Amino acid sequence: MEDGDQVIKKFMYMNRKAPYGTIYALESLEVVLIAAAFDQDVSLVFADDGVYQLMKNQNTEEIGMKNFSPTYSALGDYDIKKIYIEKESLDERGLSLDDLQDLKYEDEDDDWAEKDSIHLVSREELAEVIDQQDVVFSF
Amino acid sequence: LVKFGILVNEGPYTHQASDSAYEFAKAAIEKGHEIFRVFFYHDGVNNGTSLAVPPQDDRHIPNRWSELAKEHSVDLVLCVAAAQRRGILDEDEAKRNGKTSNNVAEGFRISGLGQLIEAGIQADRMVVFGD
Repeated sequence: MEDGDQVIKKFMYMNRKAPYGTIYALESLEVVLIAAAFDQDVSLVFADDGVYQLMKNQNTEEIGMKNFSPTYSALGDYDIKKIYIEKESLDERGLSLDDLQDLKYEDEDDDWAEKDSIHLVSREELAEVIDQQDVVFSF
Repeated sequence: LVKFGILVNEGPYTHQASDSAYEFAKAAIEKGHEIFRVFFYHDGVNNGTSLAVPPQDDRHIPNRWSELAKEHSVDLVLCVAAAQRRGILDEDEAKRNGKTSNNVAEGFRISGLGQLIEAGIQADRMVVFGD
């Protein structure tokens, strides 16, 4: 956990709510973008209705709200490359990974090769990942 | 003994989260633990309004936080972005945005989201109150 003087902790941001209808998803994304500046070990989770946050082709024109979904594709540039999607949450909603944005990052240790940020995990596997965290923020 | 960080994600009265967070903080302090910071986000920033006037026979949630801050020097931080959206402004923010009044209750201060991340780094345990 110690890296010289700097403490590096495992931070998890758990997104469990639909993107619109409440402000949680938008404000959670604001936390994640700020957190990226702190050089911590960051993971994002999308579970329950939170999986809708990553849906492709979102259009908010008729609800008068800003469509902030394009921001997720920039997460790789913020060095956020561990994104866990809970499989059961997709299944329960009749969704698959094909319905979601394809999030990538460039691996600086591998000649900037483009790699997948998204890890599809079962509920059981997700519990293990959560267990490994130091700090879990749930939004 | 444990150094706690607390995140409050819900507003007062509508949701029990801020009551639970308050009771938790108070109990932790009574047992000798330290509260590094309480950070208020989402509608949680409404816990820090100085303009709440609840009925006499009900608890006064913002005042209760202010007293906790006064008695035990607990750092109560309202997220600036969340607060501005919801009309919670301190004197500086009011001036900067051309508003004629401000409404941050005693013992609270307004600051950025970095304060939440810092609490996560510094605290032994981060406890989140909300849905």
